[in-house]
Amino acid sequence: MKKILQLLAVLVLLAAGTTWLATGANRGWTKTSVMVKTLDPVTGIEGITYQKKFIAGVDFLGVSALLAGLLGGTSLFFRSKKPTQTKN
Amino acid sequence: MKLNHLIPLLCLTTAAYAAPETFDFKDPKGVNNAVFKLDAPLESVNGSASGISGTVIFDPENPGATTGTIVVAAESLTVPNPMQKVHLHSEHWLDVGRYTNITFEAKSLGNVKTEGDVTTADVSGTFTLHGVVKDITVPVKFSYLKDKLGARVPKMNGDLLVIRANFTIDRRDFNIMKGQYEDKVADTIELSLSIAGASPK
Repeated sequence: MKKILQLLAVLVLLAAGTTWLATGANRGWTKTSVMVKTLDPVTGIEGITYQKKFIAGVDFLGVSALLAGLLGGTSLFFRSKKPTQTKN
Repeated sequence: MKLNHLIPLLCLTTAAYAAPETFDFKDPKGVNNAVFKLDAPLESVNGSASGISGTVIFDPENPGATTGTIVVAAESLTVPNPMQKVHLHSEHWLDVGRYTNITFEAKSLGNVKTEGDVTTADVSGTFTLHGVVKDITVPVKFSYLKDKLGARVPKMNGDLLVIRANFTIDRRDFNIMKGQYEDKVADTIELSLSIAGASPK
């Protein structure tokens, strides 16, 4: 159990880091939409619409690190399996 | 045709040509927008508003006499982070349930310069935000696009008036969380307005 929890903690950290990097390493807050600008050819005005898109931010990294810490911390309450001694 | 017949006809033609036009800024295409930007030491907030309406009376022969009101629905203010949007609309910040509109009423124009169909001017008027009314002057660019409404909205004839303005306000002047969260929410709010109004014929 201890090893499973520790492995999960590492996986959570890796997944969060990969997601953060893959979505553009945004150093602001997590975004669930992005601003898209389209030019109106007659007036020359740039119209703004929002497109749904997940961009992980530092809060996402923080929550993931907290979760990984909890998993790692919980793993400390479990004893490591000691190799069983066999009597001859 | 006698001269005494020509004079009233000439007067009528001149009056029709020089008449001020009323432009409606409720955009059926939804392109009109106001962008806001706050750059604090710890955080930058960028967003926009699309709920724009209002009317402007503009005379292409006398742009200096322009008056009108532009209204932005406070609820249409959007930022890409959903939690930030909830905070922005909440009673602690803009309180959009109570203060439903952000308005600018243009009262007079100064430093008016016209080149072709483009007029620049310093527009003075009252800006209302968060229930606080303040007199401000903002640099504005007017572009008068004669007979261009049909190119934008099919089966309609008329003129377009494009208004562009970039200016800043201070949230402390409008009692928006005055003196609080200054490291995360900048006091200076950069506003950029790009809107087109239609005057159908």
